[in-house]
Amino acid sequence: MSRERSFNMIRTAVSMLVAILVAFVIILIVSDQPVESIKIFLVMPFSSGSYLGNIVETAVPLIFSGLAMAVMFKANLFNLGGEGIFFIAGAVGSFVAIWPKFPSVLAPLAAIVVGALVGMVVMMVPGGLKAKYGANEMVTSLMMNNILLGVGLYLLNNLLRDPGMASLVSYKYRKKALLANIVPGTRIHAGFLIAVLCAVLVYLFMYKSKWGYEIRMTGNNAKFASYSGINVAKVILIVHMVAGAIAGAGGIIECIGLHKRFEWTALPGYGFDGAMIAMLAGNNPLGVIGAAFFVSYLRIGADLVNRSSDIPTEMIAILQSIIILLISAERFLHKYRQRWIEKGEKK
Amino acid sequence: MNAFMKLIFTSDFFYSIFRVTTPLLFASMGAVLSDVAGVPNIALEGMMLIAAFAGMYFSYVFNSALMGLLFAVLFAVAAAAVMAFFTLYYKTNIILGGIAINSLASGGTIFFLYLVAHDKGTSVSLASKVLPNINIPLIGDIPILGPVISGHNVLTYVAVLAVLFTWYLLKKTPLGYHLRAVGEKKEAADSVGISVIRTQTIALLLSGLMCGFGGAFMSMGYVSWFSRDMISGRGWIALAAEAMGMQHPLGTAATSLLFGVADALSNAVATLGWPSDLVKTIPYCATLAGLAIFSIRAYRKNKNA
Repeated sequence: MSRERSFNMIRTAVSMLVAILVAFVIILIVSDQPVESIKIFLVMPFSSGSYLGNIVETAVPLIFSGLAMAVMFKANLFNLGGEGIFFIAGAVGSFVAIWPKFPSVLAPLAAIVVGALVGMVVMMVPGGLKAKYGANEMVTSLMMNNILLGVGLYLLNNLLRDPGMASLVSYKYRKKALLANIVPGTRIHAGFLIAVLCAVLVYLFMYKSKWGYEIRMTGNNAKFASYSGINVAKVILIVHMVAGAIAGAGGIIECIGLHKRFEWTALPGYGFDGAMIAMLAGNNPLGVIGAAFFVSYLRIGADLVNRSSDIPTEMIAILQSIIILLISAERFLHKYRQRWIEKGEKK
Repeated sequence: MNAFMKLIFTSDFFYSIFRVTTPLLFASMGAVLSDVAGVPNIALEGMMLIAAFAGMYFSYVFNSALMGLLFAVLFAVAAAAVMAFFTLYYKTNIILGGIAINSLASGGTIFFLYLVAHDKGTSVSLASKVLPNINIPLIGDIPILGPVISGHNVLTYVAVLAVLFTWYLLKKTPLGYHLRAVGEKKEAADSVGISVIRTQTIALLLSGLMCGFGGAFMSMGYVSWFSRDMISGRGWIALAAEAMGMQHPLGTAATSLLFGVADALSNAVATLGWPSDLVKTIPYCATLAGLAIFSIRAYRKNKNA
């Protein structure tokens, strides 16, 4: 491993540490029993099997959205549409999970395939506009998020809604369409295995395939890639389709893995989490798994603190933005970087 | 259709266009000022949200709408300063810096909302103040036109002034020339002694200032409370308006007005009993369509040139 790469890892670790320190400061200021709260924040997520299970189940959608964003970032595209895709893929996939009578293994598979296809097709809108006409993919994808939320809610209100329930939720999914539980005593479901498999596949795609190579080339320098014969428009479209499929699969897997019905009534917020996770992972698909676990751990910790001492879980958003700012800051720890690399040269 | 027409051709409807365009004007001027200097500020949304919260909270604390406005602007400029510090001095990618500020604003305002109001949805339990509406004498008495132009929130008139200010600043002042020069080619600007970092910092701070007013309008004029994510995409719509207005203050103001019409339309037809989930997406559909048409036209133009 080069000195430069190992330095980047150190910097990521320092950023994570700073974020946790900021969490301490917030807890110190807000909590009535700061020492106790900090202990809960750091240690309690590891204290029981069911909390550990919570960490794993929370990490599953984060892995999917992190992967989708990592692929985007690798191509130097800033599309934040994962949010809307999660929602609409969950809503449309729910149709498949509620009505058709597929046999057991096929049922969740069909729902996931439909979710992924929906994600792929929807993502082609900002993708196509960017590839062909150079429309800013960030603005179009954010507009899409709001549109998809409206369309999804329309579907929920008019077609999926279970009139027998007081709250706005869909009919129950068929038992056979749910993802199986894989660790008794927790809510960890087969979606976790799919997420890990997906990370491996994305890794192979990005680093071992021709298309992956083209994507990385385009991300490094689109002009150079174009001069060396890569069809940049095609690459942009492929990236959007892959990322859309991943986010779509993530959306429906979260629904049929954790919930018994479609119960989102607002955007679930995974899109922005994905951006931070991809950055923590340095856009490496396998690193995304670890980054998702770290964020999930913070989240469960914040959740537990919230239960005992009234500190809102939104504290996490503050930590997240600090992590993003520090990791992407080229000059952060710049002085030490120089020294560290020089030291490596001398040996 | 008849009911629809009846709804549209009223002074109320035209009045509401100005009302909903106000935050878009502020935000899109913020977009122009930063983008012209080559520092695309995508955190307009977050800065407005922070300002909206600060305005609501400090107008409640000091029992004064003016103090609310002051702190709203102060906090938005502070957020812009944080962004400038990281992106210009620490060399954080400006897009990622913007994403960070947006995420900070979205979660941070809910965090503090809960601490001060023990509610994660709205601040209605806090008696915050609103900025006054202004009735223009004489003009207000003109039939039909009067009720459209007069009686708006003070910030609506400030928004119009903000457009003129932006235009004047960019086209007629030395600072405006510096901003544009830095955005055009920063190496060239640097070579003639314009400090790039300083100029871009000013651009971001001005952009934050605009967002401060826009956010203050949302919680102290548009409505009289703060609610979570209440900017609901206006910062992004402003970015689209700025792109379609070709970074020109007046052109951008015109496209903002166009999106304001779409927004007012979605509010108006909501009363007709059309499916509300879909009606709410009208402003976003309009923005998406506008951006698509704009990009296609720009692409064709480039191809033929």
